[in-house]
Amino acid sequence: MSYFLRKVGFYAVALWAALTLNFAIPRLMPGDPVDILLAKLQQRGGAVSPEARAAFAALLGGDTSEPLWSQYVHYLGNLLHGDLGISVSYYPATVTEVIGTSMPWTIMLVGISTILAAGLGVLLGAIVGWKPGSWLDSLVPATTLLSAVPYFWLALLLVYVLSTLLGWFPVQGGYDVALTPGWNGEFIGSAIRYGFLPALTIVLASIGGWLLGMRNMMVSTLSEDYVLTAQAKGLKPRTILRSYAARNAMLPSVAGFAISLGFVVSGSVITEQVFSYPGIGSRLLGAVSNNDFALMQGVFLYITLAVLGANLVVDLLYGVIDPRTRARS
Amino acid sequence: MTSIPGGGDTFSAAPSDTPDLGTAAIRSAPDRQRSKPKSAWRSLLPTMTPWLAVGLGLVAAVLLLGTIAPLFVGDPLAIRDQGLTPPSSEFLLGTTQTGQDVWAQLAHATRSSLQIGVIVGLLATALSCFFGIYGAYRGGFADELFSLLSNVFLVIPGLPLVIVIAGFVPRESRGLWSIALVLALTSWAASARVLRAQTLSVRGRDYVAAARVAGERSWRVIVVEILPNLLPVIASQFVFAIVAAVLAEAGLSFIGLGASNSLTLGTMLFYAQNGFALSLGAWWWFMPPGLVIALLGMGLSLINFSIDEIINPKLKNARLHRKRAQRAEALERQLMRRHRGKTGARASEKEAVR
Repeated sequence: MSYFLRKVGFYAVALWAALTLNFAIPRLMPGDPVDILLAKLQQRGGAVSPEARAAFAALLGGDTSEPLWSQYVHYLGNLLHGDLGISVSYYPATVTEVIGTSMPWTIMLVGISTILAAGLGVLLGAIVGWKPGSWLDSLVPATTLLSAVPYFWLALLLVYVLSTLLGWFPVQGGYDVALTPGWNGEFIGSAIRYGFLPALTIVLASIGGWLLGMRNMMVSTLSEDYVLTAQAKGLKPRTILRSYAARNAMLPSVAGFAISLGFVVSGSVITEQVFSYPGIGSRLLGAVSNNDFALMQGVFLYITLAVLGANLVVDLLYGVIDPRTRARS
Repeated sequence: MTSIPGGGDTFSAAPSDTPDLGTAAIRSAPDRQRSKPKSAWRSLLPTMTPWLAVGLGLVAAVLLLGTIAPLFVGDPLAIRDQGLTPPSSEFLLGTTQTGQDVWAQLAHATRSSLQIGVIVGLLATALSCFFGIYGAYRGGFADELFSLLSNVFLVIPGLPLVIVIAGFVPRESRGLWSIALVLALTSWAASARVLRAQTLSVRGRDYVAAARVAGERSWRVIVVEILPNLLPVIASQFVFAIVAAVLAEAGLSFIGLGASNSLTLGTMLFYAQNGFALSLGAWWWFMPPGLVIALLGMGLSLINFSIDEIINPKLKNARLHRKRAQRAEALERQLMRRHRGKTGARASEKEAVR
């Protein structure tokens, strides 16, 4: 039980650190974000009331009359109420609304492609690592090319070959704009067709890491005594591969999920930009180029929250899968 | 994702390299000459494999492109009236929309990308060594704090954080060093965690305890007694840090948040994307920069493969087994052939006698 408590405690600390970073960054950087923001707001026809100014100042700093700690308390209080401010580039929508419409796209895209990449990579890694020394195994180093390719360049390449030259897939967007979003077959079909290339990019770029990690663990596991025992018992190779070697070799892959998810999310942010995908990455970059600081911070918070949440779930599952982790703590 | 075992394996790589006396005695004379006992330093260096050769070749090619080639190409920013020409003898890689020489741009961009990669690699490695080794060596509160810090930095997604930081810095004050600093600050955590685990295992050994009892200062114990054990791990992490930095910088520049007034591989891709290179079919514009990054990354990763074999000897043993199995198989086939040849000859002799 203490293992689970420790994990939850750690992620609470990590969340607090992320919130504090979010608070500190705009205050540490040169320039006055509040003034830029208010000037933008005025351009868009928004009324700059003293309350709006105070709200932005609480989020981004710049109000020197208030001591830092009370700014901090104010900021945390606003977050607890789910108040992330008003988006300037999507005025008059609030930041929470903008994120709410784009978050599902990214979660679906990144979620599905990460599960696909991890599943395929671990499976292939197990097969390749099972017979170290076969011709298949000697090809493994070639997969480093895939993991060294920048996500966005792979995306450009896929767009060029599959969309511009062959015309199989749409170049950009998340769905056919002629359709209205909803849970009907036509719209979902179009979403899948538009999402295929971004998903393929993420799968191709991240599968190499999974494959390699699994293959290396598999090679290490094969020299364990319990594998030898299983062989001596005369079990079928397939059974040994599945129930003895692969199950144990998989554990570090599960534990390494935290690091890989961070990488995949980072990669997908830029991939979305290439495809103008209506997800959270495009929103983040749009916010940066429009100096929409409130939206920028909100998106960062939500991405961090999602990554921390996914990691917490995986860590808790890991405690269930591998009893040793519970015993150690 | 590299798998690094519980530590302490670093040195056990050495004995597996030197032939034990039993087999050496059995070997034939020329064979024994070939396998001279290797020096201790040699066994710390990776063994030459075809993949390592490929990796070294790729890295050398990219290094040449980044160091020598910029001296011979023209001005990468000069604008001509020959826009979007495909590769020709005049322009090796064609021209951009505004008639800039892509080959000249590629050479200069590779130089800046390598520069930032090495700077970030050094900074990140230094940070991870400090937080990983020093914390684990001190133990107690410092260790708890440092390991919490690196775990927190590990789970907070790096690139979104970098984007937010870069977004708040005004374009004019976004220099090469500030970008390098931000990239280094967000990329040291994973290595620090691995180094901490390794340090913990080395710290408990007798010779380290002896050095401490003898009254050595802690920096000396760390540098002289502990650090040499971690060198292969640190080397591998440094190589990875360079790859990660080049990739991250390219991503940052691609979305227009790179260092201002710099020309890196990411900047080239940014201009290619915004100059509609894709829809105009100008493959010579957007293909080369990404390819250079990918090949550099592949080369460095292949070098890392060989370093991994030093860290985790089980991987090396797998390769040696494979080699031995192949040799045995070849030998067996040869024997079979000779045997078959003999029996065949005997059979024909019998024929002749009859």
